[in-house]
Amino acid sequence: MIREALAGRRIAVTGSTGFLGTAVVERLLRETDAEIVLLVRPGRRATAADRARREIFRNDCFARLRSEADDFEALVASRVRVIAGDVAVDGLGLDDEGRALLTGCSTVIHSAASVSFDSPLDAAVEVNLLGPTRVAQAMADVGATAHLVAVSTAYVAGSRRGRAPEALLPDTPFSTEVEWRAEVDAARRARADIDADSRRPGRLTRFMKEARAELGAAGTPLLATRAERRREQWVVDEMVELGRARAGALGWPDAYAYTKALGERALIETHGDVPITFVRPSIIESSLAEPVPGWIRGFRMAEPVIISYARGLLKEFPGLPEGVVDVIPVDHVVAAIIAVAAAGPSPDGPSVYQVASGSRNPLRYRVLVDLVRAYFKANPLYDADGQPIVVPQWSFPGRGKVQGQLERTVRALKAAEKVMAALPVRGKKAETSSGIESKREDAERALSYVRLYGAYSETEALFDDTRLRALWDRLPAGDQGSFNFDANSIDWAHYVHGVHLPSVVHHARVRTTGGGRSGPDRVERGRRAVLSPDRHLAVFDLENTLIASNVVDSYAWLATRRMPDDERVRFVLRTLKEAPALLALDRRDRGDFLRHFYRRYEDAPAGRLRNDAWQLFAHLLLTKSFPAGVRRVREHRALGHRTLLITGALDFVVDPLRPLFDDVVCASLGERDGRLTGELIEGPPTGEARALVMADYASAHGLSLEESVAYADSASDLPMLEAVGFPVAVNPESKLSVIARKRGWHVEQWARAPGGPRPLLPIGPRLVRA
Amino acid sequence: MGRPGFVLEVDRSTPPTLFHHGEGFRLEKLPVGARVVYPAEPLDAIADPDEAIRQALHNPLGDSQPLPSLLRGGMKLTIAFDDVSLPLPPMKRPDVRQRVVEAVLEMAAGAGVDDVVLIAALALHRRMTESELRQALGDRVYDAFEPHGMLLQHDAEDPDGMLHLGVTDQGEDVEINKRAATSDLLVYVNVNLVAMDGGHKSVATGLASYRSLRHHHNVQTMQQSRSFMDQHRSELHSSNWRMGRLIAASGVNVFQIETTLNNNTFPPAFDFLQKREWEWSFRDRAAFTASSKALQRTPPRIARQIFQGQRAPYGLTSVQAGEVEAVHAQTTEHVYEQQLVSVAGQADILTMGLPYICPYNVNSIMNPILVMCLGLGYFFNLYRGKPLVRAGGVLIMSHPTPWEFHPVHHPSYIDFFEQVLAETTDPAEIEAKYEESFATDPWYIHLYRTTHAYHGVHPFYMWYWGAHALQHLGGVIVVGGDTRSVRRLGFKPATTLRDALEMAEDVVGRDPSVTHLHSPPILLADVT
Repeated sequence: MIREALAGRRIAVTGSTGFLGTAVVERLLRETDAEIVLLVRPGRRATAADRARREIFRNDCFARLRSEADDFEALVASRVRVIAGDVAVDGLGLDDEGRALLTGCSTVIHSAASVSFDSPLDAAVEVNLLGPTRVAQAMADVGATAHLVAVSTAYVAGSRRGRAPEALLPDTPFSTEVEWRAEVDAARRARADIDADSRRPGRLTRFMKEARAELGAAGTPLLATRAERRREQWVVDEMVELGRARAGALGWPDAYAYTKALGERALIETHGDVPITFVRPSIIESSLAEPVPGWIRGFRMAEPVIISYARGLLKEFPGLPEGVVDVIPVDHVVAAIIAVAAAGPSPDGPSVYQVASGSRNPLRYRVLVDLVRAYFKANPLYDADGQPIVVPQWSFPGRGKVQGQLERTVRALKAAEKVMAALPVRGKKAETSSGIESKREDAERALSYVRLYGAYSETEALFDDTRLRALWDRLPAGDQGSFNFDANSIDWAHYVHGVHLPSVVHHARVRTTGGGRSGPDRVERGRRAVLSPDRHLAVFDLENTLIASNVVDSYAWLATRRMPDDERVRFVLRTLKEAPALLALDRRDRGDFLRHFYRRYEDAPAGRLRNDAWQLFAHLLLTKSFPAGVRRVREHRALGHRTLLITGALDFVVDPLRPLFDDVVCASLGERDGRLTGELIEGPPTGEARALVMADYASAHGLSLEESVAYADSASDLPMLEAVGFPVAVNPESKLSVIARKRGWHVEQWARAPGGPRPLLPIGPRLVRA
Repeated sequence: MGRPGFVLEVDRSTPPTLFHHGEGFRLEKLPVGARVVYPAEPLDAIADPDEAIRQALHNPLGDSQPLPSLLRGGMKLTIAFDDVSLPLPPMKRPDVRQRVVEAVLEMAAGAGVDDVVLIAALALHRRMTESELRQALGDRVYDAFEPHGMLLQHDAEDPDGMLHLGVTDQGEDVEINKRAATSDLLVYVNVNLVAMDGGHKSVATGLASYRSLRHHHNVQTMQQSRSFMDQHRSELHSSNWRMGRLIAASGVNVFQIETTLNNNTFPPAFDFLQKREWEWSFRDRAAFTASSKALQRTPPRIARQIFQGQRAPYGLTSVQAGEVEAVHAQTTEHVYEQQLVSVAGQADILTMGLPYICPYNVNSIMNPILVMCLGLGYFFNLYRGKPLVRAGGVLIMSHPTPWEFHPVHHPSYIDFFEQVLAETTDPAEIEAKYEESFATDPWYIHLYRTTHAYHGVHPFYMWYWGAHALQHLGGVIVVGGDTRSVRRLGFKPATTLRDALEMAEDVVGRDPSVTHLHSPPILLADVT
């Protein structure tokens, strides 16, 4: 009956790149003869047709049809039309062709939605609240009177106890009445207000400060970019928070349900002559049988929680043990939508179908948790060392308690992170802070799951599905076979163990086998990549990358070279006393620091310094050098790569190192009558200046930075590291360690020669005078 | 006159035997029946060394004229001297080189020679530091020459500083320091600590370049020098002699001065190190206990400084001057007089305690490669006739062997250890595959020329030095060494001497014969 009803009809689908939409398209294509019109939002670089090809038809949802059909491509070409359209734009942004196609449609399935539970309020409003109205409006504009099947959610009923009827919201008792237009205006205004707020001087200073705390003295352009990104993120966070608060205040669990609910109300008010039907699924999860058992697209709501649990990261999760987790397989929802489309609109005006399992075949929260636990006890995931992970036992605490615990954890870890970032540690020790950061991220993720999804495991509503049941009962046996949406047919133990969890684990790409890894480890792979013959330029920073020394050490050594013993110690101690102030300046801006510090060389005899620098090299720099680093430079040269040293150190200090590199870029001081002026001849190569130097150098030598390697130790070298295709963090300090971990950069831990001399103070050997 | 060296057979009443162990000592109970080879006690030193030196310069050996008659105004005089690798440990001031150089300079001044240059004959060793030069030559000489650029250190990589003199009948390039080669007179001042030192090796090696050295500093030569302390059976010696004769034939006028020292090696605080254990007095016992306990509590870095600060109270036992070969023949006799100890027959197992110092870590760190070189290169080769251990026998040496390197002195050693030895420990393979790239590496050359780094090829020579032992032995066990570095060397680590002896039995069989080399002080085993 369904097949016959839809034969020859033209059905438009929105949201076809989404989880539900893709499945709808697949089923229409496979089980009906209907012509399908896909309304796809063009991407920034891809046309609607490109997106349809890549994001819809290449999905493994169509694997079955590809193997069953004689010529899949031809089938798609003959049955599917793609038009560019965007439900977040009035008139859907349709062109003439699009409008013409829409006119000829008999059914429009609107499944486009912003399904993320933590969307910014205004984004959710534009898509979820205004989307259905826009679709109806566009249909009215072209004079189409097709049946609009609007996919909503069962949770529009809000946080409530007991039965949630299968009825329009205005006809539902206890449903919150809100003037939706006012909500739209408020959301749009809020975006403008919060954006304006984010640009206030106080806030901007804070963003700048945060960027600096994250990156250190990485140079103005990078810091500015980062601060701006932080500002944008802050606006988004505020809008998300606003959505959550507003939804909560009106009795919905989150902004998604809240905007969907208002979307229904808006559509009821504005649909005009367009006949409409709402289909409200509950929590949609992987398919029970169609197109194949366990098909799922994207990581949705329960999946990240399940995987986090299986990885041992979620020690607790709130929920009512006897509560019902209303899960419905995607193929049931698809079948219901298609059945509704085939049945056509109700002659009595807008109507509602709820696709849920809770009232007919409830899955209790405790049962679900036990099933999941049993599954991962039998099929554990494995940690990085190849050891099976033991899953925790949940005790079903209240949401407040779990949330409180996690919030405390996050706060404690943040404090620890701050302390680590302030400590002058690098290398292995700095990895601790990257470890703390990753723990904090885990805790934050757990917290966000609890915040976002906790409500769904505590829900006490039971979604009525009498009307859907009646529709089911009217279907002939053949349709019931092909379009199953009978909740009673789900065997939860089979569904969880045999269908859903294997699929989730598969999609999560987690380790499911134990034992040590074979083949080269990550570090070795990183090393091979930087030492590949395909690279052609290696750029090195000097201080703490190749040598555990700095400009202050060098200065102290050179300045004391010809002083009497007691004076030397006094001098060095005096310089060291200034160290904290110098360090602070260095952290603010490396260039300013160098300029300031190099003033001390004013009036120094240039010739003598140049001579003494060779002693400095032999006695201090080499002593503090990292043999593995020096070896790496030479390995690059042996491979035929060019090597370039970029350092803020002074030329005469760097001179003895020149033979190690093909080229050296360093700072130089002016000279007058054989004495140094203490002023730099040109700006020091620090921060973003390094990236520019590298770009110039690469183009002058016909090299590509994409194929180049850069070695540096500090976040202030970020511009240099970001400029190349193969950045290497050497003994990274806390900030860089965190960044390197996040971006998957290769990290080297280079140490001074074991057992080598460790001079307490940067003082040269005593000079014996004649 | 001290007592000669001798061989003790261990019985039940023999007290534990002292083993040097880096910057420390171990007392080990050797199995009954083991033999301990003790060095002779120090020979009497010459009472008036300066007078002896003057006598030698005035009464040269061979066909040489007395030094004063070789000196004249307007001539070009070069005085080369042994570098920081001799003697070991550095001797109490004044160093014998200072005495000799001052005597030569006095005569040169008397003859009105003003073109005088001093050259530290360091071959491919590291350049000496100011304090090391002052230690060897004294402040007076240093201050008179260094500020005027007349105290030089041999630079084998100076493209303008070397002179190729020719090729020997065996096809060996002879290339030496140009200033030395073009001087009217080249005076070479030796400290002959062991029998290998001196002779034609002084100039042919000390002032040579890689191009020249590679002809005898290679695996084949070392494997054919049995031992290199025995000139009649040393290919190293033969090669140097061929080169020396070519140098003489090229018109380079060498006036050789060789000095020998007694084996009064340790300062009074460590007097017990050169006594036989059963003769230790109460004071010796107390000194041993005190120093051992103190060293256990001392951080290794400090212990190293303390040991490297030791100065040996060596006494001069002879000085010879004149024509190279005649001088060296007499010098060798003097060395033998102090060092030779007769030993009857070889053992299955040779044990030795390695001290904190070898020729290449003065004021530096004895890295694992130098441990190998000291044990398998130097100590193993302290024999004449046959090695102390039979072919296929086991060498057990005691040394902490830390994975430590001096970053300034031994940069190429670090890379050799971490790259080359990670691949192979076979000397021939190492030589064929890696030597040239290290030897010609511009960065090592740069460090050798401008800082205080050994030449890039030097760790290879250290490894070759042990090639004869590696070929001869059935196994090497290091007692009390860092496990990782011992394994990297290709040896087996053992915690105690008892364990090591057990392990050795797997190679040499049950009830092995054991000989312990009780050195330093240095001895030369005359094995029959």
